[in-house]
Amino acid sequence: MLKIWSMKQQQQQAENAEGGAGKKKKKVTAAQLRVQRDLQELTLGNTMKMTFPNPDDILNFTLSIEPDEGMYKGGVFNFSFAVNQNFPHDPPKVKCTQKIYHPNIDLEGNVCLNILREDWKPVLNLNAVIVGMQFLFLEPNASDPLNKQAAEDLRANREAFKRNVRTSMSGGTVHNITFERVLK
Amino acid sequence: MDTRPDSQQQHRWAAIHNVLSRPGPFTDPDWEPGAMPIKELEEKILVIGAGGLGCEILKNLALSGFKNIHVIDMDTIDISNLNRQFLFRQSDIGKPKAEVAAAFVEKRVKGVKITPYVGKIQDKDEDYYMQFKIVVCGLDSIEARRWINSTLIAMVDMEDPESLKPLVDGGTEGFKGQARVILPTLTSCIECQLDMHAPRPAVPLCTIATIPRQPQHCIEWAHQIAWQEKRKDDTFDSDDMEHISWVYNAAVERAQQFHIHGVTFQMTQGVVKNIIPAIASTNAVIAAATTSEVLKIVTGCNPYLENYMMYAGEEGVYTYTFEAEKKPDCPVCGNLARKMDVDPNITLGEFIESLGEKAEAQLKKPSMRTEEKTLYQRFPPQLEEHTRPNLQLKLHELLEDGQEIAVTDPAYTIDFRYRLNFK
Repeated sequence: MLKIWSMKQQQQQAENAEGGAGKKKKKVTAAQLRVQRDLQELTLGNTMKMTFPNPDDILNFTLSIEPDEGMYKGGVFNFSFAVNQNFPHDPPKVKCTQKIYHPNIDLEGNVCLNILREDWKPVLNLNAVIVGMQFLFLEPNASDPLNKQAAEDLRANREAFKRNVRTSMSGGTVHNITFERVLK
Repeated sequence: MDTRPDSQQQHRWAAIHNVLSRPGPFTDPDWEPGAMPIKELEEKILVIGAGGLGCEILKNLALSGFKNIHVIDMDTIDISNLNRQFLFRQSDIGKPKAEVAAAFVEKRVKGVKITPYVGKIQDKDEDYYMQFKIVVCGLDSIEARRWINSTLIAMVDMEDPESLKPLVDGGTEGFKGQARVILPTLTSCIECQLDMHAPRPAVPLCTIATIPRQPQHCIEWAHQIAWQEKRKDDTFDSDDMEHISWVYNAAVERAQQFHIHGVTFQMTQGVVKNIIPAIASTNAVIAAATTSEVLKIVTGCNPYLENYMMYAGEEGVYTYTFEAEKKPDCPVCGNLARKMDVDPNITLGEFIESLGEKAEAQLKKPSMRTEEKTLYQRFPPQLEEHTRPNLQLKLHELLEDGQEIAVTDPAYTIDFRYRLNFK
């Protein structure tokens, strides 16, 4: 067998590090460590709140966004975040848990945000994601639609779109679809 | 000493015994040829994966004279495997790969014992991996590689030389491939090299949802959007024929609407299972490289690969070997748990305070957790509130002796791991 053990001992001596004895316990995973760091570095401001159904599991949580300006002001929008063990290699999975009227969010809660999919990079962090999410409510984007009807409405007549947003947020019906009441 | 049972055997292994019985120009001066390295062919070896690479690796190891091989694979044999996974026959379809591969090689190569395990690598614990001399991977997922990598690194124990298990990893994608040797904690690990993997190009969800341009977009739409709308209660299973057919039909319908041609059943399978065409000869090249590394490391007969060989066969043939470097801030190997003696009767709050004073740490605003428990998290507020009561608890009420904690602090870009030993 290759003389790796003597190599290991040399390395150890060089570093004069302390090895650990005792029985091995489960290690904190790389994904957990990164999420712990990302959470600590979040900037939530007054418009965002996070809840952890199980505070010991930091990989699954919900984010509530309460826009304080723009067309969606006055609403509370909830998103579930699921981070897998392959994070940050894989992006977090984000879904809106309510049925809302928004050009970039479909009726199933899928979210069209470039950094959640095609533009995700491991150097991005959770803060980048939530900033992006918040931006979707300040500036809904009609050129990248996931809800086509809402995008068309926004393009055709911004004022009418605004009225639709208000109607949908109070639990009303837009184009024969009844939305969830999301007002605070 | 001759351990060979009969003349036929003698003949079969003559060549490998030749290699192991005499020094060559590159052998280490301390290496002793003969009985010792020949005996080392009986060491227990673990092969992870019995697919395209795995079949080749098992065959190569057996024909190189290794006698005691274990193989793990969770998959069953599919008809599409048969063109290159040559240990399987039509009648084996549906059977577990590990078992069929083991039985086939045992039958063809007399004297080798192959022990299959059908299941996930995550089913097994450190005690299981500890029994092997070396681990060879022929995997198709980054996730599984990362798991075995961090497991083998966590196993390294200074007081036990046997705990250091070399990992030889092979991988292929179409005409490209790589072979690498990882000596856990000593050399660059899978996690250090993670940025080298280019992420799979993804199409924006909005393109898929609104204006598809390619047949693949229609398939993605059927798979990701139509399925959710129409069959919310079924979990999509890419191995279920009925599910694939449903997605295929939905994709064809959408393609017709947009006048897109070319959606086929095969393409549907390819898109939803994320399949990249596997090339039999790429597997053969890479498996050959990995198995000769195993032979060299286990017997010590020749210098081994240091530490990464890439193979590019798309345009002609090109290979390049280089030494990937260890990343000092690698979350897995750059950041091994340091031992710290603590008084189990101090509170978590006192412990955190002491971290701020320790010269080597000087952590002012740390957050920390164990694998299963959030000990103290400063932000966001809900977690802080929930974990604040822990500050009053004594360490022995929160932790076990010898447990590992991970500590992050906004003042540092690197993270810390400590193994807390109770005084």
